[in-house]
Order: sequence, then C-alpha cells, then structure tokens
Amino acid sequence: MTLAEMPFILPDLRPASAELFVLAMACLILFVDLFVKDTRRTAVFALTQLTLVGAAVVTWAGTSGEVVYTFSNMYVHDFLADMLKQLLYLTDIIVLFYARAYVVDRPLLGRGEFYTLTLFATLGMMVMISANHFITIFLGVELLSLSLYAMVALNRDSATAAEAAMKYLVLGALASGLMLYGMSMIYGAVGSLEIGEVAERLQAGVANHSILVLGLVFLVAGLAFKLGVVPFHMWIPDVYHGAPTAVGLFIGTAPKLAAFAIVLRILANGLLTLSYDWQMMLLIMAVLSIVLGNVAAIAQHNFKRMLAYSAIAHMGFMLLGLAVGVVGGDARFTLNAYSSALFYVVIYVLSSAGAFGMILLMARAGFEAEDLDDYKGLNRRNPWFAAMLMMLMLSMAGIPFFVGFFAKFAVLQAVVASGQIWLAVVAVIFSLIGAFYYLRVVKLMYFDAPADPTPIQAPLEVKALISANGLAVALLGLFPDTLMWFCLLAIRLSLSVFA
Amino acid sequence: MLENYFPVLIFILVGAVVGALPLILGWVVSPSRPDSEKLSPYECGFEAFEDARMKFDVRYYLIAILFILFDLEIAFLFPWATIFKEIVSTDTIKWFGFAEMMVFIAILVVGFVYAWVKGALDWE
Amino acid sequence: MDLKSLSLVAVFAPLAGALVAGLFCRVIARSVAHTAAIAGVATAFVAALLAFREVAGGARFNGTVYQWLTTGDYAFEVGFLIDPLTVSMMLVVTFVSLMVHIYTIGYMRDDPGYNRFFSYISLFTFSMLMLVMSNNFMQLFFGWEAVGLVSYLLIGFWYTRPTAIFANLKAFLVNRVGDFGFLLGIGLVLAYFGTLDYAAVFARVPALVGETIPLFGADVAAVSVITAICILLFIGAMGKSAQVPLHVWLPDSMEGPTPISALIHAATMVTAGIFMVARMSPLFELSDTALSFIVIIGAITALFMGFLGIIQNDIKRVVAYSTLSQLGYMTVALGVSAYPVAIFHLTTHAFFKALLFLAAGSVIMAMHHDQDIRRMGGLARYLPVTWITSLIGSLALIGTPLFAGFYSKDSIIEAVEASSIPGAGLAYGALLIGVFVTAFYSFRMFFLVFHGKERFGAASHGAGGHAAHDEHASHDEHQGLPPGEKPHESPWVVTLPLILLAIPSLLIGYVAIEPMLFGGWFADAILIDEVAHPGMRELAEHFHGAAAMALHGLSSAPFWLASSGVALAWFLYLRRPDLPAVWQARLGPLNTVLENKYYFDRFYETVFAGGARLLGRGFWQGGDVRVIDGFINGSARFVGWAAAVLRFLQSGRIYHYAFTMIFGLLVLMTLTLWVGRA
Repeated sequence: MTLAEMPFILPDLRPASAELFVLAMACLILFVDLFVKDTRRTAVFALTQLTLVGAAVVTWAGTSGEVVYTFSNMYVHDFLADMLKQLLYLTDIIVLFYARAYVVDRPLLGRGEFYTLTLFATLGMMVMISANHFITIFLGVELLSLSLYAMVALNRDSATAAEAAMKYLVLGALASGLMLYGMSMIYGAVGSLEIGEVAERLQAGVANHSILVLGLVFLVAGLAFKLGVVPFHMWIPDVYHGAPTAVGLFIGTAPKLAAFAIVLRILANGLLTLSYDWQMMLLIMAVLSIVLGNVAAIAQHNFKRMLAYSAIAHMGFMLLGLAVGVVGGDARFTLNAYSSALFYVVIYVLSSAGAFGMILLMARAGFEAEDLDDYKGLNRRNPWFAAMLMMLMLSMAGIPFFVGFFAKFAVLQAVVASGQIWLAVVAVIFSLIGAFYYLRVVKLMYFDAPADPTPIQAPLEVKALISANGLAVALLGLFPDTLMWFCLLAIRLSLSVFA
Repeated sequence: MLENYFPVLIFILVGAVVGALPLILGWVVSPSRPDSEKLSPYECGFEAFEDARMKFDVRYYLIAILFILFDLEIAFLFPWATIFKEIVSTDTIKWFGFAEMMVFIAILVVGFVYAWVKGALDWE
Repeated sequence: MDLKSLSLVAVFAPLAGALVAGLFCRVIARSVAHTAAIAGVATAFVAALLAFREVAGGARFNGTVYQWLTTGDYAFEVGFLIDPLTVSMMLVVTFVSLMVHIYTIGYMRDDPGYNRFFSYISLFTFSMLMLVMSNNFMQLFFGWEAVGLVSYLLIGFWYTRPTAIFANLKAFLVNRVGDFGFLLGIGLVLAYFGTLDYAAVFARVPALVGETIPLFGADVAAVSVITAICILLFIGAMGKSAQVPLHVWLPDSMEGPTPISALIHAATMVTAGIFMVARMSPLFELSDTALSFIVIIGAITALFMGFLGIIQNDIKRVVAYSTLSQLGYMTVALGVSAYPVAIFHLTTHAFFKALLFLAAGSVIMAMHHDQDIRRMGGLARYLPVTWITSLIGSLALIGTPLFAGFYSKDSIIEAVEASSIPGAGLAYGALLIGVFVTAFYSFRMFFLVFHGKERFGAASHGAGGHAAHDEHASHDEHQGLPPGEKPHESPWVVTLPLILLAIPSLLIGYVAIEPMLFGGWFADAILIDEVAHPGMRELAEHFHGAAAMALHGLSSAPFWLASSGVALAWFLYLRRPDLPAVWQARLGPLNTVLENKYYFDRFYETVFAGGARLLGRGFWQGGDVRVIDGFINGSARFVGWAAAVLRFLQSGRIYHYAFTMIFGLLVLMTLTLWVGRA
C-alpha cells in the first residue's frame, strides 16, 4: 500500500488554534527572554500575560457549543473545554499577578523560566482539557508535570524546595507509570485508546472484564494522584510546603481544573459502562480524603501545609459529586452530580487562589508569612485584608451565603439524590470539623495581638486583585446561579451521555 | 514460510563472527603485560567501584539530556526521510507533510538555540 | 412601559435610595440623603400608579425576573406576580411611605441619625414591596424577614435607650415564634407541592384535598395537609400582624420614632399577615378549621385590645392599641372568607391610621416630646391643621357614615353576620362591642388632646427643658413644654402629609367600595368558594351603591354604638372630667387587669423568658458543661490525637509515600476485583 492509498485526512487545526497560539508564543517568549537584560523581566511578564489574554480571545472566538473532533479524533473541542480553558487563563493571569512581586524579590525565581514554564504547563493543561484519547491525555499530563517539577525546584538553593521537587518527580513518575499501565491494559481489553471508541466497544460488551477492571484500577490511581486524594495524596503537603509560595499557588489552582477535565473525560465519557466499579473507588477515596484532610489540617502550624490538607479534603468533596452520577445504572442524576462537581472545583480554585494570594501579599523579601502565627492580629494591621481573608476562609469552610456553601450544598444535594444519606452525613460532619481550622485563622486575625505590627505593603494591582477575589466569593454567594448555569450547560453540551 | 527468516539467520551468524573474531585475534596475537590501570573497565571517568552517593558533575546530565533530545529527533526524521519522495508526490499531504516536519525541527531549533545561548553547551 | 419593567422600577428605586442614604450616611449632606430617599419612593409611587392603570386595563404579569439558585429539582427564583391584589398593596405602601418620608424631614430635623433613618425607611419600602409583589414563597419569606429586620432596627433606632433595646428585642423574639410557624408552613408546602411558586401551588391544591399528615403514628390522629399548612402560615401572620397571643410586641414598638410607627406598625408591615392570608385564599378556602381558628383569634384581638386602648395615657399607645383592634377586624374578615373586605379595610385603615399616627407625632412635636395625654388639652386652638386632620382620622376610624372606615368596617360586620363559619356568631358580638369601644377611646384621646382645659406647661416636669436635651435621645423623651410657652403648629413638611392623608381617609371608602368589593376587581386574585362561604355574595346582594349604604348606615346598630361611644367620651372627659377617676377607683380589679394588659407580658416574662433562662441555665450546667463540653473536649482530644497520628504518617520519607500509593492501589484492586463483585 502506498501513501496515496492510505486513508489520510488533513487535520483541522482550527479547533486547536488556542493551543497553537500558546505554543508559538511560548517559543517566542523563550527567545525574548534570552535577549532581555532587565533583571525584573517586565517584558517577559507582560508578554506572558498578553499571551494568556490572546489565548482567551482565540478561545472565545472559537466557542460554539458544538462538539468538534480533530487530529483523527484524538482531540476534542467542546463547550466544557472552552469554559475550563477560559477559567484556566483567568487563573493563570491571577496567579501571575499575585506572584509577580514575590518572584521579583527573589532572584532565583524571578527569571524568565518562571513565566515560560507557566506557559508550557498551561499548554499541557490545555491539551489535557481537550484530549479525547488516552495518549493525548498522557501527553498533556506529562507536559504539565515536567513543567511543574522544574518550577518547584526553581529555587535551587533551598533544601526544602529541592526535596519537594525530588519527591514530586519520583512519585509523579510512579503515578504516570501506573496511569500508563492502566491505559495499556484497557487497550489490551478493548483494542482502542480513543475515548469515544472505548465507550462504544465497552457498550458492545466484548471486553474481558477482569483485565478491564485491573486497568481501571491503575488508571484511577494515576488520576487520583493528579487530583491528590487519599491514598495518593502524600506529595501534596510536602510539595505545597516546600515549593516557593508563588509556585504553590500555581500548583494549588490551575491543575485542578485540568485534572477534573481528564477525570470526567476518561471516566464519564469513556468508561461510563464501568461506573459501578470506579464509583466505588472514587467513593472510598473521597471519604478517606475528606476525613484525613480535615483532621490532619487541624494539626498544622504552617499556613501552606494547612491549605495542602484543605486541598485534599476539597478534592475529596469534589469526588463525591463525580461518584454519585449513576445510581444503579440510572443516569437521571448524572447532569446534576457532574455539574455540581464542576462548580465545586471552580469555586475551590477561586478560593484557593485567594488564600495563596494572601500569603504572597503578606510576604516580602526575606520573609515568607507561612506560619499561621504571622496572621495574628491582621485585623489591627489592615482590617480590609483581614476581612478579605476572613471571607475566603468562611467560603472554604462552607459557611452559608458565601459561595463555598453553595458548592458544598450542590454536591451534597447530588449525594442525597443518589440515596446515600450516610455519605452526606459523613461529609457534613467532617466539614464541620474542618470549619475549625478555617475559623482558627479568623480567630488569629481578629482576637490575637499582632506579633509584627508593620503595615502591609504590596503593589496596587495585588491589593486590588485580592479585594476582587475576596469579594467574589461573597458576591458569587449571593448570585451563584449564573456560574451554576454555565456548569450545567458545559456538562450537558459536552458529555456524550447527553448527546 | 520459514525460509523468509533465512537472512536473519545469516545476519546472526555474521554478527557472531564479527563480534568474536577481534577478541580471539587480540588474545592470540597481542603480548600480555597487565597493570592495574589496564585491568579497570574504563580508563577515564569515574571509578567503577565506590560509594554510589558521590557527587556527579551536573554537566554530565546536561550533555546526556541534550543528547537524548537530539537523538530522538533523528529517530523521527529517519522514517520521514524514507518516504519523503512519496510525501511530496501525494497531492493531499504534499505541503502538509513537509511543513509538519519543518515545524518539528523549528521547535527543536528553538530549544537548541536556548540551550546554546544559556551556555549549556559550554563545558567551562 | 410594561408591567415587568414597572415592577422592577417600583422595587429597586427605593432600594437605590436606601443605598445612597445608607452607604454614604456619614459623608453626604442631609438634603442629599432625603432627596435621594424621597426620589426613590416617589419613583416607586409613580411606577405603582402606572402599574395600577395597566392592571386596571386588564394586564397581568407573573414571571421570574432572576433565577437565584437551581439545585436539583428546586429552583429558587425572584419573581413578580402583578395582579389587582398586588397593585392595591403597592399603591398603599408607596403612597403612605412617600407621605412618611416627607413628614420625616420635619419630624427628625434635629436627630443625629437623620440619614440613617432615611436609609432604613427606604429599605423598608423595598422589603415590603418585595413581600407583596412576590410570586413565590421563598421571596415572600425573604420580604417577611427583611421587613421584620428593618422593623427591629427602627424600634431600636435610639439605641442608647434601654427601653428601645428591650422593645426591639421583644419584637424580634415574638416575631421569631410566628416565623417559626410560617417557615414550617412553607416547608410543608415545599414537601407536599414540590414547588414554591404560587401559581403552581394553587394549581395543585385540588389534588391534595383529603390528604392527611399522620400525627403520632398513622392510626392515632391525622390532620389534613391543607389545614396544617394554613394554620402554620397563619401563625406567621399572627406574629407579623400582632394577633393575640403574639400581639405583645406591637405596643412596645412605639419606642421607635413616630414616622415608623405610622408606616410600619400601623399602615403596612403589620398588615403583611392580612395580605398573605388573602394571597393564599385558594388554600385557606379549603380549610374551614383554619378559617374558624382565624375568626376566633381575630375576634379576641379586636375586642380585648380595644379595651386596653381605653386606659392608655400615652398618645401613641392609644393609637397602637387601636391598630391592634383594627387588625383584629381584618383578621375576622379573612376568617369569614371576605378577603376583599379585609384588603379593603386594610387600605382604608392604612390611610386613616397613618394619618392618626402622624397627627399624634405632630402633637408630640408641639408638646416638645411629651406624650402623656393627661398633660395636653385645648390644643385645637394652637394646632388647627393637626386638629382638623385628627378629627377626620378619628371619624374615619370609628366608622362615621361616608368616611372611609365606615364602608370597610360595616362591610366586615355585615360579612360576619352573614357567615356561618363556627365562631362567627361570637365574632359578630365582639365586633359590635368593639365599635363602641373604638369610638370611646378614640374620642377620649381626641377630647383630652384637643379640647378642654389646657393642662400643659405645668412646672412639675418641664424644669429640664431644652437644657436637658441629650444629643442621642433628644426625641420622644418626655421632655414637655416649658412653663408659659405655647405650642406651635408644625412646619408644612409635617402638615402637608397630614392633609394628603386626610383626603383618602375621607373619600377612599366612598369611591372604592363598589369597584373593590363588588366590581370583580379581585376576581382573579382572590378565590372564594361562594357555595361554602356565601358571605361576599350576600354582601353584594344587599349593596345598592355607596350613598345608599351611608344612608342605611345611619339607622344601623354600629352607627348608634359609635355615637354613644363618642357621647360617653364627651360626657366623661369634657362634661364631667372628675368622673373617670371615680369610676377607675370603683372598678379597681378590672382596672388592674387592664393596666397589666391581661398579664400577657408578665406571663410571658415569667413562664417563657424565665423558663427559657432556667432551661438555659440547666442546659448550660448539666448539658453544656458536663455532656457537651465533655464530648467536645473529648472529641477535640480525639481529633488532636488523630491529627498527630496522621502527621506521623506523613513522615517525609519518599519510600513511605510510594508505599502508601502502592498499598492503596492494592486495596482498591482487591475491592474492585473480588469484594465488589461478590
């Protein structure tokens, strides 16, 4: 057979135009960075932000709500992808603004690599979000992970950072291995790696169930590592703690969006037939995460470590939503359950960005503001920021009329609708326990005397952004419906169950 | 059926002979005056047997990583080169097939220039 | 503009005014604050007028304007239902509110909280409009709580006065009791109808007739769902509309500034309960038990609260008890299924009662914040406008033919007479006696204030005078007129609202009775089962025009009862002012009962407040300290221990981490491959 006889269709590049744009710009910025003498890297910073804005424009221009496949069905463009990508750009932009002053103050961090690696990680996440093929997913995951390993180690003189990077790399490699192994098993069982085709063949019911489930376990383990849920969570506290705060902010926010996307695409789009098996796994991991995350966070004295455990608990909570989508083969609750999980993850990213942003705001050259004690008496030093952090904490704790409450409420409602009341009860009890450590921060800020009475100095844009971030959790609490509506729409338009 | 594998058999035989012959020749022909340097597996580089937790010079890794990168590039270039004639003679993928590889090389060039300007290729 | 935009304007204009006056209350000038607030309310009033014209032309609106939250099967929405009932309430609320806004400029002139006050009353207008214009129970509840909150804030407006703080706390707590019932009712609605939208609920009502809720197990007792819902909702109305036994907060609420007594505690907020029951007529019509309950509660309130008005000496409290009694009248009207009559009385009452309160405020200003009617007298000479408007208001209140109150009150009495609901007979008697009592206390106050000997300016209490003015508590304190000084008529910003309110107090009944009660104005807003409850129909049969009704009224029992009430007041307080003291002494025990307001307050204070305190202490000692603290400390210790263990697991060693992952993987594998399948 000659090449001319082979069924070859030229790939349509338009659905992936945002990715191509980001790639081109990342290469360009890599070049620019070589020839910029400015130690503050203002040009690189500006170009990176422009790239993200440009990507948002490109994505927006291509948004249609239709599902389009390209690159021989390895790649999918749908509303879910568009929405998550827009949120991703937004998160990146916020992260870079928050991180800007912090990295400029620290010579090892403030080099061009910080920005280019952010862009490459973003590209990896975009690929994850739009992937419709196990290999594409793996490609995106690796691009993201490799960038993150390097970012954690950017501060190469810090022993904790190096240790964190090492742990992250080794465990990440292990998780990648597990995921690949799972993929290969599934390929062995169904003979395809394309998500839609896997789903079709599973429906036809020809595959060997044992091999399939074995592959599934490995795959879910790999995904769980990316989300950071128990028992694949061990890297989270060490990496959040060890990484420079600016990088911790990045790791703690954007990748959750991408991880959510691949979990949803693999499990809900590809392996829905096996929902009985993976829902059970997700449930176990979710409950363990909620329990462990909330309890262990109480013992922390380091704000970043506390946020790490809180992240574990939150991801567990989000998994609850994904784990109750199908009840006894009945997909009536699917839409509600998955959109509540999406809503939850978006709100988590928003609150988490704000909390890390506060650490960055309080930090200055030579001072990290990592200890909870550094927040004592914040109200007396600056009542406005204290109020912002309080709103973020209350939202994360799920206190009513902050948006975090509605996120929890939506997920719990999906859980109750699925008939697993005990699950909701456990989740609520441990959320209450969890409220303790969020409220402790509030208590420190409002009732304790400041250890360090210096006023807080930060650039104007960071102050404005922190205020916007804090007010957003309050305002979204009053008007959660638009975002909820978008989440419903994204799930309904993009998941193959509803096609 | 089986005769198809005949060239493989020939290949194995020739390989074995080519591999074994220099060793036998050296053993038979050369004079034998061993000393400790000569008996060590490698005459330069690291000591073969010592504490594994010694410090390596980071430059080794840089070279190794760059080698792997450009080595893989060749691995992609080879199959493309073998069917290059066919690619350019097929209407549908003519330019696409060419441009795709150029983009691939361009990305590598970016990395190469970056490594170069950053000084990754300077030993000192 | 269409109805939807009109309703949005009507609701949000006052909110905008409230926000401007409230958010910037420390920085903006007084004139800016009151201009913003008045502009907002005036806009709302115009919008209400336009909406009224649209609705009168047959337009209706029922729809969602904003979807607040969708969770699963329930959608929580902000929506408006604009129909004749709503639009009537909108007109009343915005008009009275506008009058009160203007009046406040004069009344609160010297108060340091001027801007704050304007912000509150505008916010109240917004909340009240949200309440009446709602098309679903959730928004109704929001408005319900919001007006309660503003009322709470305004009763305690002079927050440095302990009595004010006590009164607002009392109002808040008593209203919580009602709200608890109300919320339970809404909860039942959601549980049984699966929706909170009025139209959807009413559409599903027929399906639920006959459905019961088992109490204490299915075979012991059961109560009809509709009855349970109605009674619970009505308990909410009892709190808000101050019906016995949840009335105790309203007299104390007079601690607030007079303008809000007029707006909130007479004309609008307290009538929210009446409005709510009328709005829910499709539900209430199906439960004779609930209606009967309503009649009895209303009759008790109407009569016994009237008695209390007789012995009050504080000018505002007299009006407050009269409000309680009139609310009882409205409630009775609801109970006999004469919902339009209740709304009609609500409307006329809003005008003349707001008028009476504002006039009382004008008197209080003239008397330099002495509120004791025993130290007034002969004021007619000095306050001519206040005098004539008060006279109009009082005549309207006692039901003088041709005045507004006559039409509404007589209609209520006739409707009760025609009703056969259990308790209606008792209510008829109570209402008739109530007419006499109302006339007596109204004119007792009127004569004591405006006629007879001038008793003000006595040296005994006026010594402090202006010098004693405290910046914060300068108003409504018993300051009194300095000796020798004569009272002055209030400025035009005060008298203008009085005149503007006097006009509808005179005319609204004559004009509105025919269209409102018998012209089918409420035909599609209020549902009446005319077979079971024929009161409205009989009323219509006997009605031959407003003039004829007035003429007939001259020969009816209520008129003669009212006249004799006025005559008795005249005899006792103008002719023989020495007699009341004698009678009071002679009727000692009865007087003591009335003085103590039937011991409701003392009972609540001892049994509920005291009991709650006792219970609280018991729980605190026994429950909190021993059980809960033990449990909490115990569980805190446990959590602390668990956290320490978990911290130990997070050893920092990478092979532990990897091992945990592999172990987890194996467990998951075991579960899915073998356990899960089994």
